[in-house]
Amino acid sequence: MKDMDDSSVTEDGRTIGGVVMEMKNITLRFGGVVAIKDISFDIREGEIRAIIGPNGAGKSSMLNVISGFYVPQEGDVWFRGSKRPAMRPYEVARQGIARTFQNIALFDGMSVLDNVMTGRLNYMKTNIFQQALWRGRAEAEETENREVVERIIDFLEIQAIRKTPVARLPYGLKKRVELARALAAEPKLLLLDEPMAGMNVEEKEDMSRFILDANDEFGTTIALIEHDMGVVMDLSDRVVVMDYGKKIGDGTPDEVRNNQAVIDAYLGVSHD
Amino acid sequence: MPLREDSSVPEQLVFAMEVTLNGLMAGVLYALVALGFVLIYKASGIFNYAQGVMALFAAMTLVGIMNGQVPFAHLINAIFGGHVTHFGWTVPSFVAIVLTIGVMVLLAWMVQHFVMRHLVGQEPIILFMATIGLAYLLEGVADLMWGSEIKTLDVGLPQGINLWIDETTFQIFDYGFFIDNLDIVATIIAALLVAGLVAFAQYTKQGRAMRAVADDHQAALSVGISLSFIWVLVWSVAGFVALVAGIMWGTKSGVQFSLSLIALKALPVLMLGGFTSIPGAIVGGLIIGVGEKLFEFLIGPMVGGATENWFAYVLALLFLVFRPQGLFGEKIIERV
Ligand SMILES: Nc1ncnc2c1ncn2[C@@H]1O[C@H](COP(=O)(O)OP(=O)(O)OP(=O)(O)O)[C@@H](O)[C@H]1O
Ligand SMILES: [Mg+2]
Repeated sequence: MKDMDDSSVTEDGRTIGGVVMEMKNITLRFGGVVAIKDISFDIREGEIRAIIGPNGAGKSSMLNVISGFYVPQEGDVWFRGSKRPAMRPYEVARQGIARTFQNIALFDGMSVLDNVMTGRLNYMKTNIFQQALWRGRAEAEETENREVVERIIDFLEIQAIRKTPVARLPYGLKKRVELARALAAEPKLLLLDEPMAGMNVEEKEDMSRFILDANDEFGTTIALIEHDMGVVMDLSDRVVVMDYGKKIGDGTPDEVRNNQAVIDAYLGVSHD
Repeated sequence: MPLREDSSVPEQLVFAMEVTLNGLMAGVLYALVALGFVLIYKASGIFNYAQGVMALFAAMTLVGIMNGQVPFAHLINAIFGGHVTHFGWTVPSFVAIVLTIGVMVLLAWMVQHFVMRHLVGQEPIILFMATIGLAYLLEGVADLMWGSEIKTLDVGLPQGINLWIDETTFQIFDYGFFIDNLDIVATIIAALLVAGLVAFAQYTKQGRAMRAVADDHQAALSVGISLSFIWVLVWSVAGFVALVAGIMWGTKSGVQFSLSLIALKALPVLMLGGFTSIPGAIVGGLIIGVGEKLFEFLIGPMVGGATENWFAYVLALLFLVFRPQGLFGEKIIERV
């Protein structure tokens, strides 16, 4: 809670609040491979925090630790001022942390609308008997959740494909639907693993705009992994740089860009 | 009723129609068992060999509760030297069905917590082996709990030939069809069950979560769905479907251990319908039901009969060769 009133205002007028998420001395190993080596960093309320680094640096692993998919051998995760006990991924999600995946994970058997609707599951409180016997309350709840979902769908400009089965969508739109599902949960923290990978320039511009707007309009705190340095510099407030599981830089885009260790890592190791 | 000489419809055709109708009714049962398989397979990738035994176990539990049997009576008597067999009361069928549903939910929970939870992420073949073990265990437990003698099951479903159909068909074809009331009721119940399941999957929170888990585990976790809760739910639903199948089969042929063999008939049904398709399970069940009855009727006499024993498997084999994904299964395209 120490940083709670430590807020600041960015150049473009957004307010950045105190620390919502703090990673303390995280170490994660897979057998002999050390994917994350004693890394600490924090994420502040309302900011866009980028995690960058060459292939295999451990970025996705870090996101997986935050979202509970990986359990680190050492270190603590602090969320909203208290230490998080060991939690399963679905429990983390219920705490208000939503995410997308590097290799798109959508519900292929469902339409776009139904996919986005699943983002609202945690807001559906009526139980199965109420749903069967007492339609009034369940319907009110359904309508309420539908409204949120329709707003997100409008926001991400995917009205035209609302009823389309997601399996039929092109790659770029799938990524957008995945973002929509995550946003539908109205998360306190949104984790995006390479939201623009494999997209063309135009699609990247759209996606950047959506991420910025989500942050601006809904005040969503965002942590994202991205390889395209131009995009990172444009979007993020602060950047963590990883290489071989270690943190080699942390600061504003300008600070990071001029950091010698970062420059070396990027020149020495090939990346896409 | 005998076919009159002056009938205007060819008699073979009339017989075939009756055979088809009876085949459809038999197919309903195959479809139900296959449906239980598909539910679990879709949600967890587990091929549940124990589905047939679950139907047996459910039917035995239902009879046991209705008759006021003391569970594990043999065991209790052996240990304490008593002679208890019955509590001395009978339980109305509706109450007994509700209690049996409770037992099936408990079973689902136990399967998840004591077996499947420890096997998450294992190869499908290991999960399959676990269900084989489960099948034998459950069969043993069923025997120990309720005894192995054949029992009659009567939950009040109407039985006997349907007179209305008999008379109506007699007026049209001059030949009355023999259709059992139980088969008609079974068909209606199965249709309601499927409609209920579809509504559950489409419109309830848990149903949505179930479909989500069937599609992608990681994504399901990321929206806050507990996989183990959904798996208990799915095994419970499969247990309920097994109970319905068990009631129908048990009412028709008595509750006995051969009941678990209908599971073997579900296998060709699944090969026809595809392992992941609910409509496939239903249509596949009906095709096998009708197919084996018609085949026996038309070809049976030429080859000395008893074709019902192997027809379904040969048909499934043909499907394996020419359409391995089944009628409705997703097309299998090897990624290279
Ligand atoms: N589930 C896992 N099991 C074993 N090793 C893993 C697992 N996940 C990640 N690793 C290893 O951890 C290291 C870091 O991988 P990670 O996916 O976090 O990198 P990344 O920075 O996201 O790379 P990329 O840019 O290619 O996505 C790699 O050596 C990888 O092989
Ligand atoms: Mg990655």
